[in-house]
Amino acid sequence: MPDTSRPSQREIAGRLLIYGVLLLFVLYFLLPLLVMVITSIKSMEEIRTGNLISLPRHPTIEPWIKAWSYATIGVTNEGIKGFFWNSIRMVIPAVLISTLIGALNGYVLAKWRFRGSDTFFAMLLLGCFIPFQVILLPMARTLGFLGLAESFWGLVLVHIIYGLAFTTLFFRNYYVAVPDELVKAARIDGAGFFRIFLRIMLPISKPIFMVTIIWQTTQIWNDFLFGVCFSTGATQPITVALNNLVNTSSSVKEYNVDMAGAIIAALPTLFVYFVAGKYFVRGLTAGAVKG
Amino acid sequence: MHPTSRSSKWFAALETALPKIVVAPSFMVMVVFIYGFILWTLYLSMTRSSFLPSYDFVGLAQYAKLWRIERWGVAVRNLLIYGGLFIFFCTLFGLLLAIFLDQKIRIEGALRTVYLYPLALSFVVTGTAWKWLLNPGLGIERLVREWGWSTFTFDWLVTSEMSIYCVVIAAVWQSTGFVMAMFLAGLRGIDDAIIKAAQVDGASLPRIYHKIIIPSLRPVFFSTFIILMHIAIKSFDLVVVLTRGGPGYASDLPATFMYSYAFTRGRLALGAASAMMMFFMVMAVIVPYLYSELRRKQHA
Repeated sequence: MPDTSRPSQREIAGRLLIYGVLLLFVLYFLLPLLVMVITSIKSMEEIRTGNLISLPRHPTIEPWIKAWSYATIGVTNEGIKGFFWNSIRMVIPAVLISTLIGALNGYVLAKWRFRGSDTFFAMLLLGCFIPFQVILLPMARTLGFLGLAESFWGLVLVHIIYGLAFTTLFFRNYYVAVPDELVKAARIDGAGFFRIFLRIMLPISKPIFMVTIIWQTTQIWNDFLFGVCFSTGATQPITVALNNLVNTSSSVKEYNVDMAGAIIAALPTLFVYFVAGKYFVRGLTAGAVKG
Repeated sequence: MHPTSRSSKWFAALETALPKIVVAPSFMVMVVFIYGFILWTLYLSMTRSSFLPSYDFVGLAQYAKLWRIERWGVAVRNLLIYGGLFIFFCTLFGLLLAIFLDQKIRIEGALRTVYLYPLALSFVVTGTAWKWLLNPGLGIERLVREWGWSTFTFDWLVTSEMSIYCVVIAAVWQSTGFVMAMFLAGLRGIDDAIIKAAQVDGASLPRIYHKIIIPSLRPVFFSTFIILMHIAIKSFDLVVVLTRGGPGYASDLPATFMYSYAFTRGRLALGAASAMMMFFMVMAVIVPYLYSELRRKQHA
């Protein structure tokens, strides 16, 4: 907008319209979260008598306690805490290993290109886009073959394998922008492959490590498809447990417990988003290859 | 320290081979676990497999059978409805928000944070939230009735013809922020000088957007469209949590169909055939896109 001396009435109306629409969307995006929080601290009695946005008269954290430690999920009555820890234990090795391998791959594809490396890259890029349904059945057979069917490490392995295409892509695109002269000069000085990586590339890689780690963490934490296909019972991740909690056909539906469970499942990724939102958004748009 | 010439030669050979050695494991993994598995699924889809894999080759018979199954027809039809509306509303809202946010808004940072947070959530969480909001007895329906419209009904979630639209509502809520971020990045990349020149010529702001800015965002429209289509074809979790594909199989999508046939009903070959159909759909969208992207980069 131009900085004219005094805003005309039309301009003021325009500003009002813009702010009005923007705030309307704030409502649209925040209301579901608000309703979840309100519902999670109501008793079932208040839920039956009140409505979505009526505030609780007697707020209670009982639904949270129940969701965390003794709600019925599948065949156990131990809440989602075990599944929450499953997800944490799964995310840490899967993210670290896929990120480290991706960094090395990206470094090679950007700075040590060889005959065939571009083909490798193109194949990998295409691999980012395949619908995972197309690998589910062979993967299930292979995990069985390896003795990892429905095991914790089986799921970690699956996440590492199918995360590699993305982590490699992220690092490759970042390292391509590093001037080749830097690497060449280091080579003339006698530095080798790993030395250049450790001394030149790693020190400038903090942003891309942040982007990749955050991307992988949210992807793996939020995954449902692999979790539901390759794990059962006590090894399931939190997303699968939440679905089991919400979609059990028990006689009395406890919406407050469902909502508390959903918020618990969302907290880690929301936390990451709020402390490192900059990197999160960069992963979304800079990658722009992914859905 | 003087290494012997032989060991230094060996060392040099290792040094040249090192990059290949480093990527070799990933290359192998990719060839086996992506491309090999796709071929494996393709093969499985051409066999008589049901509960157990069988290796009797039956050609395309499973595909012919697949397209005769009514439930698959429903899933594909739902994908068209859901994909179309999902892409349309995400693009519309995303573009609108991006343009409005680009008007030197004071609290832009805070607004962006709000618009984007659903992207950090799992579709399972989103589904749980919307399942509650759309609950016919206690959700939005009750709320509006208490506001005075006592005959208001909003029971899409349990109505066969309407349940797929519930999936659209939740999916748009989740993904609009992403489209906004894409368009906002595009808008920030436009040269201000062009806009200033048009303003000097006396063009109004809406007209500048209509005639100059929006047309220049064409590449962003294109990538957004591709990515959203890709999300739509892969949609799975949201449907499972929100409607479980129901009532009946009224809100099934290809991904839920595939899961159901391959993993719960033990119809392996049909599941594989439906997975291959999804693969072909995605490839039909992605391959031309990647091809044009890579070519553009080479020419740039």
